Parts: sequence; structure tokens; C-alpha cells
Amino acid sequence: MATAPRSARRPPGAGVKLSFNDPVVRAIFWQIVIVGAVGLVVWWLVGNTVRNLEARRIASGFDYFWREAGLPIGEAMIEYQPSDNYFRALVVGVLNTLRIAVVSIVLATILGTLIGVARLSRNWLVAKLASVYVETLRNLPLLLQLLFWYSVLQSLPPPREALNPLPHVYLFVRGLQMPWPQWTPELGTVLAVMGIGIVASFLVRGWAKRRQMLTGEQFPIGWTAVGLVVALPLAVFVMQGANLPLDVPTLGRFNITGGILITPEFTALLIGLVTYTAAFIAEIVRSGIQAVSHGQTEAAAALGLKRGQALRLVILPQALRVIIPPMTSQYLNVTKNSSLAVAIGYPDIVSIANTILNQTGQAIEGIGTIMAVYLTVSLSISAFMNWYNRRIALRER
Amino acid sequence: MPASLAPAHNTGNPIAVEMRGLNKWYGEFHVLRDINLTVRKGERLVICGPSGSGKSTMIRCINRLEEHQTGTLMVDGIELTNDVRNIDAIRREVGMVFQQFNLFPHLTVLENLTLAPIWVRKVPKKEAEEAAMYYLERVKIPEQAAKYPGQLSGGQQQRVAIARSLCMKPKIMLFDEPTSALDPEMIKEVLDVMVELAREGMTMLCVTHEMGFAREVADAIIFMDRGEIVESAPPSTFFANPRTDRLKLFLSQILRGH
Repeated sequence: MATAPRSARRPPGAGVKLSFNDPVVRAIFWQIVIVGAVGLVVWWLVGNTVRNLEARRIASGFDYFWREAGLPIGEAMIEYQPSDNYFRALVVGVLNTLRIAVVSIVLATILGTLIGVARLSRNWLVAKLASVYVETLRNLPLLLQLLFWYSVLQSLPPPREALNPLPHVYLFVRGLQMPWPQWTPELGTVLAVMGIGIVASFLVRGWAKRRQMLTGEQFPIGWTAVGLVVALPLAVFVMQGANLPLDVPTLGRFNITGGILITPEFTALLIGLVTYTAAFIAEIVRSGIQAVSHGQTEAAAALGLKRGQALRLVILPQALRVIIPPMTSQYLNVTKNSSLAVAIGYPDIVSIANTILNQTGQAIEGIGTIMAVYLTVSLSISAFMNWYNRRIALRER
Repeated sequence: MPASLAPAHNTGNPIAVEMRGLNKWYGEFHVLRDINLTVRKGERLVICGPSGSGKSTMIRCINRLEEHQTGTLMVDGIELTNDVRNIDAIRREVGMVFQQFNLFPHLTVLENLTLAPIWVRKVPKKEAEEAAMYYLERVKIPEQAAKYPGQLSGGQQQRVAIARSLCMKPKIMLFDEPTSALDPEMIKEVLDVMVELAREGMTMLCVTHEMGFAREVADAIIFMDRGEIVESAPPSTFFANPRTDRLKLFLSQILRGH
């Protein structure tokens, strides 16, 4: 039977007639038309671009990556001087974008979850305050909020009159300058012990789960993890003499030197992105929790599960299914919204690539670079969140 | 049939649930008015009354899904106060079956049954699963163990819910209108399970309008209206000689067509 020709399926003679009323024929016809149209547009765009570039004598290609940038950047996570090449400048921009995106996502998730839960609070005042927060923040344009935070931070005093809220902590127009630990081998050991503690916690969790399934005995995993990740490194730190040399800022005549400086650009962008996104995340968390019927909580309570157990074993697994997909969108939004940094002068990838574009005139490569960066970051976030979503997805039926 | 059920009331059995002067308000609304009730071990109590009469609220006070405001409530010798340890202790001994089943949709039938024994009673998984299969057989659906609640019919879900409660080996079972959300042809399969449970001597408090069930298994039927217990009598006198007009009216409405 497997050797029978495909055409044998059709009644004799039916396959020969080609009619435009046959849906299959129609589908093929339209596909050819569309592919042809797209091909024409692409051919025209590419040809047009190449002709214009030649007419204006603009070089193409990515050779400019390796030329000297001569471009000062306000803040960088890696060593960078204007004498470095354009590629390094772009890497600085990508790292700055990732820094603001990661920190914003973490903080917005925490703040948003708190506000979402607060909106469900039985306390009238707490619930109302959370509602006002959500409705205000999510209904004002993000750009406006960023400009607002930046102007607030710009109204801080000059270095000589810097605010000094805590010893060695200075708040002034160029940002927040504070002490920062200096790198020592002892600090390295403490951090290494902390890393081992994190790995050990996961191993203990796996062991505790297996043991519970076998013997029914439960193990205080939370406290064990706190001990391994916090108490143990702290003990090592004290044993080594509790020696932590700090790089302390000192007040000069025109500037403050030493310690670590958090710029007002980064801070304004961070506050703006976090507070704005938290309003959306709050709504997602609230709807997720409300999507789980109250009967589930009651059934868990009636079975004798404690509140924490009910939340962890019954409510959260159901709420997360509702929460994760829209949360993915918010994480993508934060990342893309961070490009508004250009408005307040935070050197993210858009800001830096834009400057490079102006210097070199290579617009196509410049925009292409920005698009490639955002696409890579966004697709990575998407892939991770989709993996996580599949992991917790409900099988239900 | 009723002859096989030894009457448990007015015997010397120890007290399972005792309410003394219980009152509860929802804001201005007085839901429970001065409730006095004693249920002995092995006794089967059916509670009926018009909707909004406080019958569900009353049995939900027993495992603290609702909080009473004045009066005392003793369950299995423990007084229900705001002490969380007492509440936990009582909830371990009191099983509850809800009108809407409230099975956990993200867990299989078997996982629904083993969740509480594993986490509350600290039973090894294998042992919990064996017990779960035993109770699934008792409610006659062992073949559904690997399915999710969404794949079962209403009657099957409610039988799983009963089995889930039994897995905690409760001393007292509360039923809050267990058949009200079911199609008529599924009511019987659930009631059969409940009758069998009654026959084995389980202490039961059932809010239900299934008067056939009440006649068959109840030691006493309670009629509630507007937050108070209006009448309490064994089934024979309850149906034959209702003393109050309110109960006469209620019975005439509920028994119409039966």
C-alpha cells in the first residue's frame, strides 16, 4: 500500500483539471504573487540604497568598527577611553543597556508584586494607595516621567554644598557618591564561599525533597539556605579578621573623588523605568492571584495546610500560569523602553550608536547594530520566559 | 435500611462538636443567632433550611473558614479560639466537602489525594499513594487516579473530593451542599458514597436538601431559618410532625413533586 502513487487517491481525471475555483490553485497563485511583490520591493530598496551611497561617497561595511572613536562616554562598566575604537564604545553601550534592563526588571518585579498584593489588601488605606499609584503611574507617558525624575535630580546642589545624609555618602548634582569595598583576596574568599553556599543550598533542597518523599520527614530548607548563603560567608569574613578596606569618597574643592558614583542619568532612568513598569506588573500580579478562586484557598485550609504551604503548593502554581506570559511582555517592554535613555543622556546602546552614526554617517550599519542588539536581548528574554512558562504550565487536561 | 444504623444520639458517646450561645454578624447582618448544638461521635446530622438561613455559615465555623464572634465552640475537645495551633489541630481532624468540589486543577487526582497527607501528616509518598488508592477504590474510581480533575464528570470530581478528605483520616466530616452543583443523574453516585460512610460510623454534619438521604441516615435533622435553629428532631417526627409554621412551609416547598 505504501508504494501506491499519491495521485491514486484522487478520483480518475480530477487531478488534471486546473481551475481558479480550486482553493489549492488559488492559494498557490496568491503565494507566488506575494513572494514576487516582496522580492520587487527588496530589489528596489537595495538598489536605491546602493546607488545613493555611491552618489554621496559614503563607505559601507563594518570596517569603521575598528577606527578610533574619539567619543567621550559618561559612564562605562569596562575600561574605556575616547581613544578606544568604535566597537568598544558599542560594547560599553550594550553593557549599559543590559545593566539598566537587568536592574530595572529585578526591582520592578519586586515593587510590582508588593503593590499588586497591596491592592488586594483588606486594609482600606493600603488598597486605595496602591490603586492610586497604579492609575497615576501607568497613565502618564514614560518619557514625561523620565524628564521629571531627571529634573528633580538636576536640582541637587553642586559638589561643595553636597548633601551628606550619612557619613561619607554625598548626594549632589553629579549623582550619589558612596564608599565601596576595595578588592582583597579575603573578599574573594568570602564571595567564593557564598557561591559554594548557593550551590550547596540547591543540593540540600534536592536531598530534602527525596528524603521527604521516602520517609515523610520535612527539612527546614529555607533556614538552611540562609545559613549557607549568609551566615557561613559572614563567619568566614569574621574569621579572617573582619577586614574590609573601603574606598571612601573625599570632598575636594570642585569635585568629590573616590568611592563609587551612581550618576543622576542612571538613577533617573532607573526610578522612571521601575516605578512605571511596577504599575503594570502590579496589575498582572493582582489579576493572577484573583484568577485563582477563593475555593482553592478554603479547600487547602480545610485540609490543614498552613497559609504558606497553601500559597506555595496550591495558589502560586495556578497564579503563575496566568502571570508569566504578560510578565514576559513587561520584561521586553522594560528593555525596549530603556532606549528612552537618549532623552536624559544616559549612554545606552541607542545613545552611543546614534552618536557614532552622526560621526561616521553610516546610518544603515548604525541602525542595523541597534536592531541586532535589541533583537538578541529581546529574543533571549522571550526564550527564557517561554522555557519557564512551559515548565510551570498547567497540564490540567 | 435505617435499622442497620445504630442511633448515636443520646448515647454516652463523647461529644464531637459543641456550640454554646454562638453568634456571628456580617456587619449589621446577624447571620447566626445564639446557636446551641451538640453532636456526639458517630452521630449523623442533616441541616436544612431556606437559602440565607445561616446553615453553611454554621458548619463553616467548625473548621474556622468562618469566625464566630461570641459564644464557645468546642471541636473534638479543643476550643476554637484565635490560637493558630488550635485551628491547625482542628483542621487536621475535620474533613470538608464543598458544593463546588474545589479540587486542585493543577494536580492529578492522585496528587490531590496525597498533597495534605504528605505535607500535613508527614506521611512518606509511597504510603500516602497506597492510602489514596484505597480511598479511590472506596469511591469506585481507582482508574481515574492519573487524570486531572478537569477530565472528570461532576459526580466523579465530588467523589474524589470526598476521598481527598478521607485521606486525612478525619474524625468529623462536614458536607456543604455536596450535591447541589451536580446533574440529577450524578447525585445518586455521590449520595451512595455518603451513605456508606455514615454506615461505617463517621461523625457527619451535612447541609443538604436531599430529604431521602436525611430520612435514610440522619440521627437528627435540624431546620434553620434566619440564623437560628428552629427545630431539631429525628427524621420520623421531623417530617411527620413539624411543630412550627416555618418548617411546615419549608417542607411543603421542598417536598413538592417528591
